[in-house]
Amino acid sequence: MALLDSKIPEGPLAEKWKKHKDSLKLVSPANKKKLDIIMVGTGVAGAAAAASLGQMGYNVKVFCYQDSPRRAHSVAAQGGINATKNYRNDNDSDYRLFYDMIKGGDFRAREANVYRAAEVSNNIIDQLTAQGVPFAREYGGTLATRSFGGVQVSRTFYASGQTGQQVLLGSYSALKREIAKGTVTMYERRQMLEIVVKDGKARGIVCRNLVTGEMERYSAHAVVLATGGYGTIYFLSTLAVNSSGAAAYAAYKKGALFANPSFIQIHPSSIPQLNDYQSKLTLMSESLRNDGRVWVPKQKNDKRAPGDIPREERDYYLERRYPAFGNLVPRDIGARAAKERCDAGYGVGETGYAVYLDFEDAIKEQGEKAIRDKYGNLFDLYRKITGENPYKQPMKIYPAGHYTMGGLWVDYNLMTTVPGLFAIGEANFSDHGANRLGASSLMQGSGDGYFILPYTIGDYLADEIKNPRLPIDDPEFEKAEKEARERIDRLMNINGTTTPLAFHKELGKIMWNHGGMTRNEQGLKEGLKMVNEVEERFYKDLKISGSTGSMNQPLEKALRVAASFEISRLMLRDALNREESCGAHFREEYQTEDGEALRNDDEYMYVAAWEYAGDNKEPKLHKEPLNYKYVTVKQRSYK
Amino acid sequence: MKLILKIWRQASPKDEGGFQTYHLDDASQDMTFLELLDALNEKLIVEDQDPVAFEHDCREGICGSCAMMINGRPHGPGEETTTCQLNMKAFRDGDTIIVEPWRARAFPVIKDLVVDRSAFEKIMEAGGFVDVDVSAVPDANTYPVARRDAEEAFDAAECIGCGACVAACKNSSAMLFVAGKVSQYALLPQGQMEGLQRAWNMVAKMDELGFGSCTNTGACEAECPKGVSLAHIARLNRQFLKAGFKKVGEEKN
Ligand SMILES: Cc1cc2nc3c(=O)[nH]c(=O)nc-3n(C[C@H](O)[C@H](O)[C@H](O)COP(=O)(O)OP(=O)(O)OC[C@H]3O[C@@H](n4cnc5c(N)ncnc54)[C@H](O)[C@@H]3O)c2cc1C
Ligand code: SF4
Ligand code: FES
Repeated sequence: MALLDSKIPEGPLAEKWKKHKDSLKLVSPANKKKLDIIMVGTGVAGAAAAASLGQMGYNVKVFCYQDSPRRAHSVAAQGGINATKNYRNDNDSDYRLFYDMIKGGDFRAREANVYRAAEVSNNIIDQLTAQGVPFAREYGGTLATRSFGGVQVSRTFYASGQTGQQVLLGSYSALKREIAKGTVTMYERRQMLEIVVKDGKARGIVCRNLVTGEMERYSAHAVVLATGGYGTIYFLSTLAVNSSGAAAYAAYKKGALFANPSFIQIHPSSIPQLNDYQSKLTLMSESLRNDGRVWVPKQKNDKRAPGDIPREERDYYLERRYPAFGNLVPRDIGARAAKERCDAGYGVGETGYAVYLDFEDAIKEQGEKAIRDKYGNLFDLYRKITGENPYKQPMKIYPAGHYTMGGLWVDYNLMTTVPGLFAIGEANFSDHGANRLGASSLMQGSGDGYFILPYTIGDYLADEIKNPRLPIDDPEFEKAEKEARERIDRLMNINGTTTPLAFHKELGKIMWNHGGMTRNEQGLKEGLKMVNEVEERFYKDLKISGSTGSMNQPLEKALRVAASFEISRLMLRDALNREESCGAHFREEYQTEDGEALRNDDEYMYVAAWEYAGDNKEPKLHKEPLNYKYVTVKQRSYK
Repeated sequence: MKLILKIWRQASPKDEGGFQTYHLDDASQDMTFLELLDALNEKLIVEDQDPVAFEHDCREGICGSCAMMINGRPHGPGEETTTCQLNMKAFRDGDTIIVEPWRARAFPVIKDLVVDRSAFEKIMEAGGFVDVDVSAVPDANTYPVARRDAEEAFDAAECIGCGACVAACKNSSAMLFVAGKVSQYALLPQGQMEGLQRAWNMVAKMDELGFGSCTNTGACEAECPKGVSLAHIARLNRQFLKAGFKKVGEEKN
């Protein structure tokens, strides 16, 4: 299994990263100038990494599909970002955050990576504060924190309900500074379609210029993907609608292994789907559960208005089932508990597929102003979408696809199985196991970008100094561009009757029903068949109008949907293979008596990494065994 | 509900462009405005016509993509709303809706409703950052910030870079956009060092890029989807005056 060398350093957990850093090769300032790095993606991970690498002296080329790096999907993150500052003196520490993440991830993440993520978390808060990120403050002027699900300390830093926006803008400003200095060149409105691999190493990319439609080639000594997650395979999700795993999939096709594709987080609290026109689900941040209480009526099909249901006739089911963590259980548990109540007929709202998130008690205790200060913008967002006032009546919420723990397999240096090709942020699989804890993605992405990749990439690049830039007329570039063109021509020439959006909706329904919050063997197998069937129709009946020689948004979409079919299939296969329940991956066949996920550590304590074996061929499974030395592996309990 | 849509169609920056009329018979009040455009585009694609190009991504009012004028107002009717948050309940059966791109010299049209807002990027590059290196920073609690200042800085930083302020302004001034950034940093200890230089550079860049000057009409504030306040323009003006007084414009960066 030489292919999966995770390169986890020896030594005690708390010293691994330090020792490893000391052993990494350095690149001298003069040599950095000779080295080019391509960064695809400008979310918290990509923007931070590009700014750091630019500052170090590398030539960095940065790409995003939006018209500005500031619009990357990270901008939508709401609730907060974790760090182990222990500012509340609640006995927080790197180890505790590490432990919470390992446990929250249901013992399916690498110890060494997770510990490192916790270790660099404090630097991130320092960095962002120095950049002028306006985090929330206490009256005394120090930084405020709040709690998130799955933990018993208060370690989440925030900026109202727009933490992602502020964190991203902090990193974006650092990126702008480097662009102004000339170390970083920005290429907006580019859709990366192919990765160029020469002699086994990643050496460039091929993009479509979204304004002119032209194909463009860019060469570098290393390529970094910071392209985010693939949660839009459900069509309706909390992600920006143009997010997709297409870039990661392009890497997979070039030999990068794809790890744990079935680990997808369904967030317990999003505004429920209101109608069939809907194109997107809006999240109601987990931070709301600091003060909001989740309940459904005790009586089935109770159609009374929430205010008319007396307290003793309400089932605060999270507090009932999980007294220790109450409303702040981890997301997978909160989501399944909501589904369980609704499936059993206790749900509320028109469809019966919603539960209440109620602030009545919090408002009574703390006053409306205090609640407005903490969550004002989320309450406004809710009111805009639903027309209901959450200060007066409880919110209605339901689970929605939200985050992908799975992603490109990377070693401890964040390098994929293709030398020179790195993956950071949500695009990789590394730190969250089978379930991510709240406020740890901004943390992981920023950590990867500011403090990890800038060091580890040097170790690879130190050996590339002698290699000149790969000329863009190299046959490998020709080949990659030809492949991209052929894909586009194929889609354009079908000339059928069904739009890319319609196909995406169809795929999304299948994935939600067969690979959503709970799964079973039969459903997964059916799902696979259905995905194949829709994909077949896609290549016979797709309709795109307009031309390739100018801006063509349906074409952009069709390219993403085409990749989504393949990722969906990979996801379903992985879910079928994993005959256990862990974290967000819940196989109905494997549950405890009280309906909790039942792991099978003897057989499945591994990272499932899939290797592309050719079109229409079964991908090949590689296993990276997981070892736990610093925690006791046990059945997760939040009771 | 039946609607008549008059939409600006322009194939490329060089094309003259003009309004096209579309009749939609099956619009619903349950849609958002972007879902209405989706529905129109679905029809156009199947009829082999070029769909209306428009920008969108987050669809929840935070990325700032969904720029367009609807019935003469940036992001259409509604207070502090982006187009993606605009509900079709704001319209009635039989309405005619006019949809155009932002109109400003500094924002040339790329296609249909899509404009080039890269001038904002250049303004940001002129000084929209704190001049600090990665890693060369003190503990986050080293400099306390009064809660009131932190909150005001946050209000200024809420700007989503949409450009509605420019589109709403008869002079096409970008003052509110610039003021948001300058004010955010001016309120925090971290932004002090190069504060005056920042104000000077960003305003100079704005002028250079063809944005008009501010005559205090307040149209920007009224149309800003994030409610960025005119008070920030006052703060920017103070910084700018101070910068002029100290002749920071003549210093080299
Ligand atoms: C509604 C919501 C709320 C959240 N709240 C929180 C929170 O409170 N705390 C927290 O920690 N996490 C939160 N998350 C999760 C977190 O926001 C994301 O996981 C994280 O921001 C991902 O960052 P990223 O840098 O990896 O990628 P992204 O921000 O997704 O950026 C992807 C980038 O890649 C580019 N890209 C993608 N494909 C291509 C391509 N083919 N060609 C060119 N460019 C491409 C895009 O242009 C973009 O710049 C939330 C997520 C959602 C959906
Ligand atoms: S100030 Fe307001 S209107 Fe102007 S760009 Fe920012 S958010 Fe948009
Ligand atoms: S689509 Fe993001 S603000 Fe409207």
